[in-house]
Amino acid sequence: MSISSINPQKNSLDSANYSHFKDRTMDVPPSPKSTRYSSLADQVFGFLALLSVCFTLLVLFGILFSLVLGAWPAIDHFGLGFLTSTLWDPVKQEFGGLVMIYGTIATSIIALAVAVPVSFGIAIFLTELSPSWLKRPLGTAIELLAAIPSIVYGMWGLLVFSPLLATYIQLPLQKILKGVPLLGSLVSGPPVGIGILSAGIILAIMIIPFISSVMRDVFEVTPPLLKESAYGLGATTWEVISKVVLPYTKAGVVGGVMLGLGRALGETMAVTFVIGNINQLSSMSLFSAANSITSVLASEFAEASEGLHKASLIYLGLVLFFITFVVLSLSKVMLAQLRKSEGTKS
Amino acid sequence: MTQTEMLNDPKYQKFVARNRVNKVALVLSVLAMGFGLLWLVWILYETLVLGIGGLSFATLTQDTPNPGEEGGGLANAIFGSFLMVSIATLIGTPIGIMAGIYLAEYNPKGALSVITRFVNDILLSAPSIVIGLFVYNMLLFAHFKAFSGWAGSIALALIVIPVVIRTTENMLSLVPPGLREAAYALGTPKWKVIISITLRSAQAGVVTGVLLAVARISGETAPLLLTALSNQFWSADLSSPMASLPVTIFKFAMSPHENWQQLAWAGVFLITIAVLGLNILARSITSQKN
Repeated sequence: MSISSINPQKNSLDSANYSHFKDRTMDVPPSPKSTRYSSLADQVFGFLALLSVCFTLLVLFGILFSLVLGAWPAIDHFGLGFLTSTLWDPVKQEFGGLVMIYGTIATSIIALAVAVPVSFGIAIFLTELSPSWLKRPLGTAIELLAAIPSIVYGMWGLLVFSPLLATYIQLPLQKILKGVPLLGSLVSGPPVGIGILSAGIILAIMIIPFISSVMRDVFEVTPPLLKESAYGLGATTWEVISKVVLPYTKAGVVGGVMLGLGRALGETMAVTFVIGNINQLSSMSLFSAANSITSVLASEFAEASEGLHKASLIYLGLVLFFITFVVLSLSKVMLAQLRKSEGTKS
Repeated sequence: MTQTEMLNDPKYQKFVARNRVNKVALVLSVLAMGFGLLWLVWILYETLVLGIGGLSFATLTQDTPNPGEEGGGLANAIFGSFLMVSIATLIGTPIGIMAGIYLAEYNPKGALSVITRFVNDILLSAPSIVIGLFVYNMLLFAHFKAFSGWAGSIALALIVIPVVIRTTENMLSLVPPGLREAAYALGTPKWKVIISITLRSAQAGVVTGVLLAVARISGETAPLLLTALSNQFWSADLSSPMASLPVTIFKFAMSPHENWQQLAWAGVFLITIAVLGLNILARSITSQKN
């Protein structure tokens, strides 16, 4: 990798050294002038590249800085109590973010509960079971799920999926679990199809491609020697996956799940369509309409009055950014750990 | 050992049990795959059926109608989206490619690059609505008008940059060092090596990255809600609020008007076709190269 450190200026011949070449019948050497021009171009080019990198770094700090500054009136006024208050009243200028923070976390947990096992199955299918000619098309199909814009998920979720969820899942569930403590209260409330549960399920569909593609990639880095040894000892496919591949790729799998979680926390449009947009926490039912940080930003921000209302919304944005930053950093660290051990063990 | 003895042998029974677990696990895995594909097929099917139903020639030629009004189309929204996506791509691509070049060619192992890669991965997955908030705040501090087509374009450009950086860096680091060394040995200056040798051999991959970025921002709604807002009329004035296809869909889909909902489905159909088309195009470019 020393090539990148070579400075072409040092390589190009000094103009003074050209003189003895001139007597010989050789091609005319590059004029010193063009060499100097090149070195200037080099510096400009390198500077532009460095500038672009710095710009990217600045964006992150800019986001943090601008969110803190924009949220400052609310931070100053409500302090950390903002995070534990459930009151959201633009008329009285009283704001608390717990309802939205709860909505964001609850929908993401449901999404993970559905998406992780499914993604695991898909990754197993793609790495161990699928005939090789099917691997690429099926892998691409799953990745296309990630390409569908979230507004399409939202509209489909609101107008197609929610009514079906209400009639075929929510109603029967309510009938079965009626009277059962705890579980009964989880499914109470009008089964209208929009609410935390449907938002969670749609988020799950949206993050399946992210989690399953990371899982597939890390499963594929397991050294074939390890897998073949296990097969050679008579292990079944499931045993090879659960006792060899999974322990070897643990960190990467967790990293993939974290990446999916980060996506689910920050997803906006799909959630805004199906969560119901109600700023109240009346019951712990999964069927009840609620609000998440992203959906309240999407539906209220443009119309919010200047001052505390806008600042409180930005405060929520700051909380969201902080949570996703931590989750995504953990994901990065986990995936990097796997890469490091890959270098030493194999 | 007779057959019954063998069947009763605890070792054999354990073998049977292990095989059963294996079968169950593998069947579940196939079901998971089917579960994933089911959603793709279902969503695409509904989008196609409902979208084509709402689509007409007027959709592409007329502006968005008033609430309750019959007819109308999405022409201004399509134009607004096209304009903002183009500007965002024009701003974001050079910055992304240059930063990718720095990471791959200038300083692959330096501290600055390590930090930038980390930050870039965070930005890649950061909630897009936060990008919208950031641009809104920045314009407000700078005393510009907060809601405008420019603001929307900048927000989209900030989403393009991390995608392009990632693919450019990955593609450049796949270029064999021998090519670079050969060029250096001929006395080629570094910028020329990068532009005419490494970047050119990584061309297909870089183009793929840009196409994927365009696909991603074509469907982005959240940042535009906070920056470009929307506009009911045809407008090419980037300094005022501007309609875009995703925001218009959002507005129309949530409304009770039949006509608006139909137009929203038509819009969803157009966006899905455009985004999936770009994705498939991007993939076919790289697979041809391979």
